[in-house]
Order: sequence, then structure tokens, then C-alpha cells
Amino acid sequence: MELNIRLRNTKSAIFKGIIVFFAFLITVPLIVVLGYIIKQGIFQVNWHFLTSVPAPVGETGGGIINALVGSFIMVMVAAVVAIPVGMAAGIYLSENPRSKLAYYSGLCVDILQGVPSIVVGIVVYFWIVKPLGTFSSLSGSAALAIMMLPIVIRSTEQTLKMLPDSLKEAALSLGVPYHRVILKVIVPCGFAGILSGIMLSIARVIGETAPLLFTAFGNPYLSYSLTKPMESLPHLIFTYATSPYDDWHNLAWGASFILLMFVLVLNIFTKVLTRKWKVQL
Amino acid sequence: MYKKTNKFVENKRLKLSNSQLKWETIFRRILIAMSILLVIIILGVLATLIVESMPSIKSLGIGFLWGKVWDPVSNIYGAYPFLVGTLLTSFIALIISVPFSYAIAIYLGEYNPKGWLSDLLKNAIELIAAVPSIIYGFWGLFVLVPIIRTFEMKIGVAPYGIGVLTSSLILAVMIIPYAASLGITLIRMVPSPLKEAAYGLGATRFEVIRSVIMPYTRSGLFAGVLLSLGRALGETMAVTMLIGNTSAVADSIKNAIFGPGNTMASVIANEFTEADHTEYLSALIELGLVLFFVTVIINLIGKRIITRFTND
Amino acid sequence: MESTIVKAENYNSYFGDNHVVKDVNISINKNEVIAVMGPSGCGKTTFLRGINRMHELIPNATSKGKILLDGENVYDMNAIYVRSKIGMVFQRPNPFPNLSIYENVVAGYLLNGIKISKADKDVIVEKSLTSAALWKEVKDSLHKKGTFLSGGQQQRLCIARAIAMQPELILFDEPTSALDPISTSSVEALFHELKANYTLIIVTHNMQQAARVSDRTAFFYMGELVEFDDTKQMFTNPADQRTQNYITGRFS
Repeated sequence: MELNIRLRNTKSAIFKGIIVFFAFLITVPLIVVLGYIIKQGIFQVNWHFLTSVPAPVGETGGGIINALVGSFIMVMVAAVVAIPVGMAAGIYLSENPRSKLAYYSGLCVDILQGVPSIVVGIVVYFWIVKPLGTFSSLSGSAALAIMMLPIVIRSTEQTLKMLPDSLKEAALSLGVPYHRVILKVIVPCGFAGILSGIMLSIARVIGETAPLLFTAFGNPYLSYSLTKPMESLPHLIFTYATSPYDDWHNLAWGASFILLMFVLVLNIFTKVLTRKWKVQL
Repeated sequence: MYKKTNKFVENKRLKLSNSQLKWETIFRRILIAMSILLVIIILGVLATLIVESMPSIKSLGIGFLWGKVWDPVSNIYGAYPFLVGTLLTSFIALIISVPFSYAIAIYLGEYNPKGWLSDLLKNAIELIAAVPSIIYGFWGLFVLVPIIRTFEMKIGVAPYGIGVLTSSLILAVMIIPYAASLGITLIRMVPSPLKEAAYGLGATRFEVIRSVIMPYTRSGLFAGVLLSLGRALGETMAVTMLIGNTSAVADSIKNAIFGPGNTMASVIANEFTEADHTEYLSALIELGLVLFFVTVIINLIGKRIITRFTND
Repeated sequence: MESTIVKAENYNSYFGDNHVVKDVNISINKNEVIAVMGPSGCGKTTFLRGINRMHELIPNATSKGKILLDGENVYDMNAIYVRSKIGMVFQRPNPFPNLSIYENVVAGYLLNGIKISKADKDVIVEKSLTSAALWKEVKDSLHKKGTFLSGGQQQRLCIARAIAMQPELILFDEPTSALDPISTSSVEALFHELKANYTLIIVTHNMQQAARVSDRTAFFYMGELVEFDDTKQMFTNPADQRTQNYITGRFS
């Protein structure tokens, strides 16, 4: 009898050991990848790197300013569209959970969340690139905006759903019209959650390459135009990493370091911000 | 305090309320319009994919799915190599990642749900998901590939380095967070009375996990696996950089795993801009259509299971 | 000379097909304190919310009949305007958590974008908080958020917020049921002071409260207004058997 219990307890301890081992083992690839990128990339970054365009093949030096500016412009344009549209849809879904439109719209949000990013790129190619006759940063932004939407919508919806109805009632009973109740009471009270959704969606799309492959396409020169091809950080990394030139590899490492740091900082920033700005209900 | 209300103030208030009524309606209409926009986008995606792959669907028919040859120069298109590549990479990645996802879910959901160590691990998992796939691909190309190449030389297969195995390994790391975070939530949801009843009968921790928690969360954890699978199927960049981009079908299982290959996503990424004639482009789009259906269906099934689970 | 401020004529309320308030006719005078009592589900809250057109905000909620405010049917008027003219205090205190105490009091103006000078706002804040017996307790922390206030103080803040809009009529939906006894009595004391300048309609599930604070009491049962009379009269010598049963505790 005693042996049986001892055996079972040993089994339980061994199991826990296995679980802990596997759970923490996962930090190894994370640390290895992050460490390698930092090691390879951090010394590439200097003022010259950040302010010049890539050097032609054979020449050393060069920088990634075209990709930095490109990523910034495309993500900002995408955000300008995706944030209001996403928040509006999110507000609708949280305010009208039982409507038929909410059901179908919610279904489409779920579908959109699962669509592979390369498919989004294909579709935007036919919607914008072909009619315009050229690759363009506008089409790149469109693809990124489509990818941002599900994240913004779901986080807005979930944040607002958690707010008590009494908030709305109090405002309505004062003679405040519906749009002001939503915009001046409900959304501000849910600000932390909505903002974190927005920042996460930005962190997500700034690293996306596939949707930009046949929309923004890439550009070795610095461009600000919405109707011309534009380079982006992830696309530059892809092109230069898979090239046979060491100089270009170095550029890609530097770009990877910058991209990684930006994504990390954004994620940490989001966590800190939402904790600080959470409205005490 | 209250004198007869000032007529002037009253009228101003009435005018304000009247204009506010108009804006209320406009606002509600905007909200509705944005929600309809979502539906339009999805319908648009579907429509574009179908319309643009029509030429290929018409000329190749259903045989496209098991056509073994992909030769754009001779205008022969078969999706079989990419279906195999996609399924191989995804399932190998899944098999490798599931034990890790489950371990994390059990550890953070049951053994150690609170505290600094648990927060640390949780942040690490979120970080894994936050790293862009292009960076995984880049790292894989320069670090993992040489390692795999040495490994392949040791075990006596052709030392490509790149290939299905390498892509599957990277993919495995990338998809762990999806099943893991869902698993954590589900395991935390197991009602305490159930667990306490088992402990009260003298069960060990392991036995409670095995006989109470696992059965309870089984369908939910399965949904988590589906979500990881959906993510794996749609992953493009890391796979494209590591898989070798060969459109031939391997002649043996060994070569299929250790050799180069292609997935639906990677062949589209590589060849889309080179497709210079309609049949070629349309065949690629048809691959996109298949990819779309497969990932969407798997994701929706996963989500349905979750909503049914959380509503019970 | 007594004058009618609120009059319901053949007023009915529905949730979908569910007929919740049945053919209510009632006339309420200025500066009265009216208690509305009855067992759970009798329609008293639904009726109250029909007065300031909050009822219709619930999906599938409809109503028939008239409710006259100073002679005009509120259902013919602009709903937003009606709600700005009638104050409401809810069961659970609900000050806006993203606004300071000061901002909460003038929320009716702030949220509507109505521009008032700081001097005017200061006057309104002080007057309203004083009328709500809260001024002394919060005058040094006006710019803090109201989350540190006790339940009773929060409720008085909500009363101040309603008063700031200069309504003639204030509706109370079980205003003390979420409060402890001490806060409850401070709010009840307030009713007595507010009466001088406002008309109060108070829905309560607490009979004793109805008896304590009101001039007249309305008894609702299963959607009908069963009896409406002088409070003293109703509690000592009710006209209807149902009222008698309720008062004696046959059902609650």
C-alpha cells in the first residue's frame, strides 16, 4: 500500500519535472534568436546607417533610410484608415450583440483574422496595383490596413463589452445624445484596452512582409510618394538576406535589429501604458 | 433655487437637442456602415480569388489538386507538390510544438498561475509571437541551416540544410504561443470544486491533471491546436526562406522531409511576380484560393469550439 | 395653488409582446415627493423610465399613451431634450470614472459640449453639491476622481449631477437599495430638503422608506396602478385589498 502511494507521488513529481522542463525550454530558442539578431545587428547601426539608402552591389556602407521611412509612412497611412474603421465596427459589435449584422460581421472578422497575409497581398494586387498600373505604397498600406482591422475590432469590442451598462445609462439620462455617450464616456473609459489593441496591431503589421511583396514591392531609393513603390523594413530584410552579398547581409542584420527593437519596445510600452491608464471602474 | 425657467435658455437647449438628434442618426449609420464594410471585404476577397483563378479552374478542373507536375514553362500546373509541402511542414511543426504548448499551458494554468516567474514565462511566450516571421526566417537561414546541414551529414542524408525539416522546426517555434495561450486560459477555467473533489479522494497532482483537467479541457485544447495549425498553414516568409523552393515531388518520405520542397504560400510568394501569362498567374491564384479555404475553415472550426466551450 | 407637473394618461409599456405597465393614469403635483412601491416585477421601474423616455432605449421596448410634462406630451417632444429636463438617479451610484468630482457635477453640460464660463461652472458645482449635502465633504478634492468616495457619497454626487441640469422633476430608481443604513438615512434626509425646489418621484421596494419620505404613494401590482393616495391614508387605511395584502407583508 505504502509502495503504491510512493510510486504515485514519484510519478507526479517526475511529471512536474517534465512539464517544467518543456515549459522553460521554450525560452531557449527565444533567447538564442533575440541574442543572435542583437549581436549581428547592433553594430551595424550608426548615423550613416540610419540616413542613407542602400549602396549598390559591390560598394560597402549604405543604409536603410528608404525602408525606415517607407515602413513608417505605410503603417501610419494604414493606421489612419484601420483605427477609425476598426473602432467603429468594434463599437457596433459591442453595442448590438444580438443583431443579425453583428453576427455576420463578427463572422467576417473571424474569417479575416485567419486569412494568410499572402492572400491579402494577392487580393490588394488586383484591387489597387493592377488598376493603378504600378506598385505603390498606397496598395501596401491598404493590405496592412486590412490586416490591422481584426485586431483593432476585437480589442475594441471586448474592452467595451466589459464596461457596465450603468455608465451609458447615467449619460443618457442627462440628455446626452448617443454619439456623445459613446465618444465622450464609453470610449474614454475603455481607452486603455482600445489603445493596447491599436498598438498591438501596429506592432504586428510593421513586421509583415508577405502582403507587401506584390503591393508596395520595394524600392532601392527613398520615396515619399503614395503612388510609387516603397521599401519597408521587413521587405528589405527579405531581399537582402536572401541575396548573395555580404554587405547586403549586414544591412539586413541592422534592419532586423531595428525592427526587433521597435516591436519589443512597442509591446513593452503597451503593457506599461495600459496598466497606468486603466480607468478604475 | 428655481425661478421659472428662462425661455431663451430653454429654446437654446431645444435647438441643441434637435441638432443632436440628427447627429445621433448619422453616427449610428456610420457604425452600421463600417460593420457592413467588413462583410464587403470578405466577399470581395472571395470574389477576387475566384474570378482570377477561373481560367485555371476551368482548364485544369479538379485534377489540379493531385497533379504532380508544376512546370510553368510547359504550362503544366499541379498543386500536389505544394499540398504535400504545406501539410508536411504544418503537421511536423504541430507535432513538435504541441508538447511544448501543452507543457506551458499546464505549467502556467495549473502549477504556477501567479507570481513573477509565471509572468516572466508568459511574457516570453508573448514575445515569441511578437517576433516578425521574417526575422525567424533570417535567423534560420544563417544559424539553423548550417546546423541542420551538419546533422544531415552525420545521419547520412543529402546535406541540403534547407528543406522541409528546417522550415518545420522554425514553424514549430512560431506556432507554440497560439495553442499555449489558449490552453492557459482554458486550464485556469477548470472549476476548483472538480479538482478539490479529486484531491479529496487522495489523488496526486499528476492524477488530477490527467483525470480531471485534461478531459475537461480536451475539446478546448484541440481548438487551440487547430488555431496553431491555421497559423502554420498560412505562414509564408520564414518558410519561403528555408524550404528550398523546389516544385518537384520527392521520391521517398525520407527525401520529402530532409530535402527541399515548397508550400502553397511559398510558391506564390516566389513566383507571383514572375507569372507572365494568364494560365500561370491563374494557377497561382487558384493555389491562393485553396489556401484561403483551408485556413479559414480550420480557424472557424477552432473558434466555434472555443465559443461553445466558453458558453457552457 | 397646486399645479400638475407630470400626468400620465392611459400609459402602457411593453417589452416586445410582454405588457408590463397597464393603463396607468396618474397626476403628480409640483414639489411633491411621490413614492412608487410594489413587489418585484410589478412595473414600477418600467413606468418610471417611461417618464424620461429611458424605457425606449432597450431593444424591443415600446409604449402607448401619453405622459405630460407641464402639459406637453413627452412622446411628442425631442427625447434628448426630455431627458435633459428630467433628472434621474439610479440604483447603483454611477459617477463617471473618467471625470473628476467637479466634472461629474457639470457632466450634463460638459458631455453635451455646452459652453459655460468657469465662473458659472464653479457656481453650479457649489450650489449642486450643497443641495446634495456633499459640498463640505468634497470641496477640497473637487479635482480628484470620485473613486475614493463611499457609496452614499457617490450617490449624492449623482444627485448633484442631476440637480446641476436644473430639472423640475427628479426620478429616483431605488436610490438607496445598494447603500448601507447610514448612507440611506442621509439620502432620505436629502429628499426632504430637495422637496422645496423639485418634484421627486421615488421608486422603492422598501415600504417603510415609502412611508417615511413621501407625501403621496402609488402602489403598483402586476403592471397596474392599484392605488394612489396620501401616504398616511394608504398605510393606515388602504382602499384596495391588494394594497392591504402588500402592506401587511402577504407578499413582497
